[in-house]
Amino acid sequence: MKNRLLLWVPLALFAFFAGLAGYMLTQEKDQFVESTMIGQPLPDFALEPAFEGLPGAAKADFVGGGPRLLNVWASWCLPCIAEAPQLEALKAQGVEIIGIAIRDRPEDVANFLAAHGNPYSRIGSDRISEVQLAIGSSGVPETFVIDAKGVIRYQHIGDIRADDVAVLLAELEKAK
Amino acid sequence: MIRAAFAAMLVLLAVLLPRPLGAQDTMPPAPYAYNQLDDPRLEAEAAALMHTLRCLKCQSQSIADSDAPMAGDMRHQVRSRILAGESPDQIRSWLIARYGDYVSYEPEVSSTTWPLFAVPVLVILLVAGVLLRRLGKRRSDAGEAA
Repeated sequence: MKNRLLLWVPLALFAFFAGLAGYMLTQEKDQFVESTMIGQPLPDFALEPAFEGLPGAAKADFVGGGPRLLNVWASWCLPCIAEAPQLEALKAQGVEIIGIAIRDRPEDVANFLAAHGNPYSRIGSDRISEVQLAIGSSGVPETFVIDAKGVIRYQHIGDIRADDVAVLLAELEKAK
Repeated sequence: MIRAAFAAMLVLLAVLLPRPLGAQDTMPPAPYAYNQLDDPRLEAEAAALMHTLRCLKCQSQSIADSDAPMAGDMRHQVRSRILAGESPDQIRSWLIARYGDYVSYEPEVSSTTWPLFAVPVLVILLVAGVLLRRLGKRRSDAGEAA
């Protein structure tokens, strides 16, 4: 009797895995690679200005004052256009946003800002994604909350949607 | 009328289709993205390391296999750090400290990956146990029959 029940075990196992595979197909795939630098200080860096209109960005620009946002973006990045209004909204709330432009040209940066607004106080030019790799960012756009000691406190991956603004403001408050 | 609508659609397609292509930068690759190191011994070290690092943009390729601009920038990091005297292990841990196990294209035993290594061993042991018992039984059956 016991042995006959055992015969069903392989079929049950198969059904379990088929069910699991079916279930996973309905789940959205999480393609984000999160930075494991949260809680770590920013690495030392000093980037040249991304265009003539604003100064460049260095680690020292994040130290002192209040928490700031570090926005990793690029003029060739389409989602960055989508998040421009949200960055404006954050700036309007008094948030200082320092940009890092990835693999970008000065004229393209200037054109982007002329077309979509300029929420930045500084933009550093990261021509070979050096600083991006050093902070564990894997794409554009990404936004980091940096506290006044220069420690990375929070990472937002992808473009900032309207309902992410409140989340970022709360994280900035937490980082005070 | 229909022809005009068709023509308008074609024009619209022609305008819209190249958009995704626009989502790529036009910058030249980093110096060491596609250029090998002069010292063949160092280059071999760098190449071996690049095969064990995952491209962050293209999930199933190592940075050695990928033409994504970011993979090129990662190869530049690997080669320039090797050139500066860092060991492959140091560079690997530098990247893992930033991206976690994800960036490793060579599975390593860790608190989350140990079942990957343990389960096959368990299955082999189980099968070996069952086989031994069955074969042993058959042999003793044969012994009794003789």
